[in-house]
Amino acid sequence: MPRIANLIFAGVVCLIASMLLVAVWQSGTRANTHAAPEETPQVAQLPSEATTTHPVIIRKPSGPPRIELAGMDPQGRTGSVACSTCHAVRKPNLENVSAATLDEFHQGMTFNHGKIACYACHNPDDSDALRLADGKSVAYENVMTLCSQCHSKQAESFAHGAHGGMNGHWDLSRGPQMKNNCIDCHDPHAPSYPKMVVGFKPKDRFNAPLDDHQDHEGAESHDDH
Amino acid sequence: MTTTKNPSRPSLPIVENFTRRAAVKGAFATLGAGAFVAAISPLRQAAKNTTAAEFMQQHYTELSPEQKADVIARLEAETKEKYGADVTIADDRPIPGTKFVYAINLSVCNGNGKCVEACHKENNHDRDTNQSYIRVIEMPKGTMDMEKGSTTYTGTVPKDDKFYLPVQCQQCDEPPCVDVCPVKATWKEEDGIVVVDYNWCIGCRYCEAACPYHARRFNWKKPEVPAEEVNPDQSYLSNRIRPVGVVEKCTYCLHRTRRGKLPACLEACPTGARVFGNILDKDSNIRWILENKRVYILKEELGTKPAFFYYFD
Repeated sequence: MPRIANLIFAGVVCLIASMLLVAVWQSGTRANTHAAPEETPQVAQLPSEATTTHPVIIRKPSGPPRIELAGMDPQGRTGSVACSTCHAVRKPNLENVSAATLDEFHQGMTFNHGKIACYACHNPDDSDALRLADGKSVAYENVMTLCSQCHSKQAESFAHGAHGGMNGHWDLSRGPQMKNNCIDCHDPHAPSYPKMVVGFKPKDRFNAPLDDHQDHEGAESHDDH
Repeated sequence: MTTTKNPSRPSLPIVENFTRRAAVKGAFATLGAGAFVAAISPLRQAAKNTTAAEFMQQHYTELSPEQKADVIARLEAETKEKYGADVTIADDRPIPGTKFVYAINLSVCNGNGKCVEACHKENNHDRDTNQSYIRVIEMPKGTMDMEKGSTTYTGTVPKDDKFYLPVQCQQCDEPPCVDVCPVKATWKEEDGIVVVDYNWCIGCRYCEAACPYHARRFNWKKPEVPAEEVNPDQSYLSNRIRPVGVVEKCTYCLHRTRRGKLPACLEACPTGARVFGNILDKDSNIRWILENKRVYILKEELGTKPAFFYYFD
């Protein structure tokens, strides 16, 4: 029995020796990396006393829309004109509510915005501006003022970041925030948010066979799974 | 044995006077050596895949600043070597006085999945599997039971009889995933983000099983990301490329949010359904939503206390 004890003792000695070797080597490599040029990790900096507050920038439309001309001039050039180019000389028809009652222009447009007429929002006296409900003129850039007259719920949510997309910083002491305006997402003439097509799908094990299905059945939807 | 019994007979030259005792000794010595080799073989296997420095690395919370710098330098060099990408791995710490909270407007979300894609790219997920921390679940109307939904929908959205429930890590205040971790490789930080030390995780996947939101992901294979697609703006606890065999999770993009920026999924959302902020700031958007909207908490009955809210207009 003492002989076996000797063997076990020898084994333990071997183990300790190998551990020591590893430890020495380890400290060696660590010393080496210390000698290398030291790169301190980039640490997020503390806010500097919140003295500088960055703005919330709401994107604005660039100005009144330009209407693309349908035809070309004799030199083959196309162009666009301001609304007032035509509307300065045409008498506004306050009765128009849809494309069906238009006899000459804008006929291809889709209107699906409640029961409001063109001149609920467009200004009959100044075709390069919009008109508020109380008759005041408002520039195209400030279209949100116009929308907010009826959509006050959305406007309130928007003011608190609960409606409309944004980019940039949540922390205004570190950087600005950019927000969309109403017509970035909503077509004013048909404002319901458009349908989208799903583009990207994770291929985890639950939906891995999806590709096969698609191959066999084409682009059918699988919503009844 | 016959040789030891008949020493007088001519025998093989080397085995002379071979006693039973010597044989037993030899057998035990061989057995001992064999057992030793077998016992350390996991170390040899590990040594094949990991460097000694990586193998000996301490837990993230026990690293000294110098050790952290070493680890980060090593990880950056490894990323360069394995992925051919020059990246910066920062060590973003919580901003004092912040507690991050997320909210999603389910009246607006239309299930288009842009957030899923943004997460995939931002967090350097495996390109082959389209891995992402976000699942958008197409739900039948009339229930909030996420197990009744489907993630495999395609085509045009939203469908009339469905609504869409994006689910990612809820950064619970009582996180079951943290409780079950046998090696404390995952924990909750002061700003509420539940993080993982991807170098400490042993890949047992207990946390994945414990999470009621199915928010954790396991790296079944080495993530493949082409060098030009690697997001070089990385953080140790966040979107650095994770090794194979570890569990990973959404960190509210802490490499962005702890620098004051909005999470990638929020910026990608075309419908504006996502809201992010600091709940400790009483003027924040998130506070207004919690105080003024109809707010829903996913699986509230489990008592996980999520820092993630769903609301309706």
